[in-house]
Amino acid sequence: MPRRESPLQSETPQGTLDMLVLRVLVMGPAHGHTIAHAIERGSEDVLQIEHGSLYPALHRLENRGWIASFWGTSDNNRKAKYYRLTPTGRKQLAAQTTRWEEIVRAIGRILKPSTDQTS
Amino acid sequence: MSWRRFFRRAQWDRDRAAELRSYIEIETDENIARGMSPEAARRAAHIKLGNTVRIREEIYRMNTISPLETLGRDLRLALRGIRRRPGFTLAVILTLALGIGANTAIFGVVDGVLIKPLPYPDADELVSIEQVAPGLNADQLRMSASQYFTYREEGRVFQHIGLYGDGGRTITGLGEPEQARALFVTYDVLLALGIQPQLGRLFTEADATPGPAGVAPVLMLTHAYWQRRFGGDRSVIGRRLIADSNPTEVIGIMPEGFRFLDMEPAAEVISLIALDRSRLTVDGFGYWSLARLKPGMTVADANADIARMLPIWLNAWPISPNVAGRQVFENWRITPVVEPLKDEVVGGVGDMLWILMATIGMVLLIACANVANLMLVRSESRRQEFAVRTALGAGRGHIAREVLVESLVLSLIGGALGVALAYAALQVVVATAPTTLPRVEDISLDPRAMGFAIAVSLLSSMLFGALPALKHAAQHGTPLGGTARGASTSRERQRTRNSLVVVQVALALVLLIGSGLMIRTFRALLDVEPGFGTTADLQTARVWVPPQQVQEPERVVRIQHEILDKVAALPGVTAAAFASAVPMEGPLRVWTQAIYVDGQKYDPGTVAPLRRIKTVSPGYFNAIGTRMIAGRDITWNDIYGRVSVTVISENFAREIWGSPAAALGQRIRESPTAPVWREIVGIVEDVHEDAVHQAAPGMVYWPTMMENYAGARLFSMRPVNLVIRSEQAGRESLLAGVRSAVSSVNASMPVFLVRTMKDLYDASLARTSFALVMLGIAAAMALMLGVIGIYGVIAYVVAQRSREIGIRLALGAAPATLMRMFVGQGLVLTAVGAGVGLVTAVALTQWMSSLLFGVERLDPPTYAGVLGVLGLAAALASYVPARRAAAVDPVETLTAE
Repeated sequence: MPRRESPLQSETPQGTLDMLVLRVLVMGPAHGHTIAHAIERGSEDVLQIEHGSLYPALHRLENRGWIASFWGTSDNNRKAKYYRLTPTGRKQLAAQTTRWEEIVRAIGRILKPSTDQTS
Repeated sequence: MSWRRFFRRAQWDRDRAAELRSYIEIETDENIARGMSPEAARRAAHIKLGNTVRIREEIYRMNTISPLETLGRDLRLALRGIRRRPGFTLAVILTLALGIGANTAIFGVVDGVLIKPLPYPDADELVSIEQVAPGLNADQLRMSASQYFTYREEGRVFQHIGLYGDGGRTITGLGEPEQARALFVTYDVLLALGIQPQLGRLFTEADATPGPAGVAPVLMLTHAYWQRRFGGDRSVIGRRLIADSNPTEVIGIMPEGFRFLDMEPAAEVISLIALDRSRLTVDGFGYWSLARLKPGMTVADANADIARMLPIWLNAWPISPNVAGRQVFENWRITPVVEPLKDEVVGGVGDMLWILMATIGMVLLIACANVANLMLVRSESRRQEFAVRTALGAGRGHIAREVLVESLVLSLIGGALGVALAYAALQVVVATAPTTLPRVEDISLDPRAMGFAIAVSLLSSMLFGALPALKHAAQHGTPLGGTARGASTSRERQRTRNSLVVVQVALALVLLIGSGLMIRTFRALLDVEPGFGTTADLQTARVWVPPQQVQEPERVVRIQHEILDKVAALPGVTAAAFASAVPMEGPLRVWTQAIYVDGQKYDPGTVAPLRRIKTVSPGYFNAIGTRMIAGRDITWNDIYGRVSVTVISENFAREIWGSPAAALGQRIRESPTAPVWREIVGIVEDVHEDAVHQAAPGMVYWPTMMENYAGARLFSMRPVNLVIRSEQAGRESLLAGVRSAVSSVNASMPVFLVRTMKDLYDASLARTSFALVMLGIAAAMALMLGVIGIYGVIAYVVAQRSREIGIRLALGAAPATLMRMFVGQGLVLTAVGAGVGLVTAVALTQWMSSLLFGVERLDPPTYAGVLGVLGLAAALASYVPARRAAAVDPVETLTAE
């Protein structure tokens, strides 16, 4: 049976979602709902995601030890699972961000070569 | 992926579900806050989140170890299927258990006897040293003591080399006199074996001071003898016993479980051979020899080294005065035969065991073919199920894998049961194995045999599982609506089943022919006239007059004569006599001598052909039942009157003089320089002295006492075998009578090696009867499985074609015709199988020629008989299901669908 990828994974570059999640958690612990909305808003609604596809990513990050989870209570008094960044996760975010920026610069150079040469 | 996560998946999944629920609630709350109705708010939340089941599945899959997961599922399915079809399962498992069990048992035997090293450290360095002398017409020449010294001192390849022999030692002073089975060794034999004593010490070179009769006054005991005679008393070390009337010190106890090669009966005491170097000559070829090679040396190196030393040896030692010069030994062309010691111990049974192993392997193949057939039939009935599952998305490999897992489970259960069977079977084999099967004590179901059983189980599951699995893969895409009507689709599968049956029949035929040939061999052996009378009423026992007690040769004979008279007077004894050996006693009582015939010319530097010799008392031929063909027996008057007479065998007489009658009155002697000729006064029939299947040797029977024999002024044989004909042979009443007769003549003479002639005769047939029974069992199993195979196929065809049969019957076909059709089909399969089997048998039986006697391996009666049996069995196997075809009710079958 062919395995269907979640939309977010298939439409964004590999690892991007992970980075976005880590980026959101830099601000402090948050639960899944908050993270989903934060990513949507942070991208100025460019990244329209099915919020469910976030959860496999969260699970994967937790397995890698980059984030940790605990059960808490949400602002509107609901039980919710909170995630926070671990020190390893923080390091990973730094590394990935650097790498991401390099890639973006590289792609930028390829897409606008003339501008680069004249400047 | 990790194991911890794999097992905690369920809990995590619950956690995940709760988390997703909490998302829905929070999102719903927010939507309501934005002014939606509660219902719309919840729906919008669900839409935003997406398919929760799929999310959970995705996370769940992240945590699986997928081959394990599917294996678990396949196992559950297989077990469910097995439980649901107990009949099918039982048939498969029992068939496999028989096949695997038989193979494991025989492997246990083969491993114990042939594969495992001998129970000594670094046993692969141990070799036996023998030699042949083509110029002497001798298959085997034992070693002389002078050779031992030369090899020990000049040899470059040996760590240790030693001589050994066996015999008995009379132990007195411990209550009843006892003849202990003795192993005689030079000090380096035990060093070569690398065995340490449990108590005390081993022999050293310094112990070997020549004592009376060439034996040093020191003794080692085996563990069993120490326990039996001394109750395991440790203070026995240093104690002096009387052995053969000489004080002898016990210096050590061998460890428990020590066995010397395959000495049978096992030694009880070990004596040290003491050689007086200054009196040795080139000849005196009376010892066996073994050695331990230096590391890295090979058997070929050893052969080359001995070949190098033979001339050195021949020139270094004096020759006996009665030998006509060194030239004699050079003409013998002595050639060394060094072999791994294990080969010497295992001897000729290797062939037989490998044949058995191959035979049993064939039975397993037949069993696998049967099971494959069952699996095919079974999967036939599951076609509908597979079609449905394929439609639901089960992959091609998926179903094939499932079938394989099922066969794996079946074969492992069968294997487990088989190991239990093998365990039981081995107990029986060890208990009933012929004494000629060496190393019986090394046979067991050890981890290697277990490993073998598992390997065989796995292999057989591949064999019988692969076929159905491949079929499934090939038939992928069977239409869902396909029913039993599709007779044409099953034609190809029927062909597969037919070929399986052909293979079964062919293999069964091979095995039947093998066991048929063994039956014929056994019959031929029983038909051989051994040269002696009935064996069940013939008792033998050995007595020995020790030289320390009685010196004069004539006294010895008088004592033996007195014992004989008392034994003859025992109630029920019809004849009694004695001889130096009885037939089939084994190689240790075999003596040969070069016999010179009066009137024949012998080239200088050569010796006369060797003949077997034996010393006998008057009445020996009558007692043992060997017919007198011409002339007369030796008498007591000949013996006490010291008349130089002899009796020879018919074949010897014919060889030299052309007829028994012509040999009477002719003269022979045992050396070219002997002072007297001995006159042939009688000719007796030939005796198969060694074994029924071995040719009767040319014999010379000397009187038990002779003047001027072998350098002695007067010679008489001290250890002799009593030969007593009585209905009570083997019973305690007779034995008690014999013992009291002996002790009334001399209280310190032990009676030992008490056996009936039937024991010896049966032992000589043991190898053949063992092979016969094993092959017989294998062939019976093969025939049974083959018959089941034929039955299964015909029964299945009848069931498949019951509609067709119904139509035919309805249209007026005679039931008998239909029945003939199906029986015919079974017979055609059998005929094809038999054809293949015949070709295979012709090719394979050449491997078993070494087991055959008196029968050609292409023996027509055997082949005809086996074909007859197989044809009959096949006809029966197809007749039973065919009758069911004739009994089909047309109305019922036609309305069945």
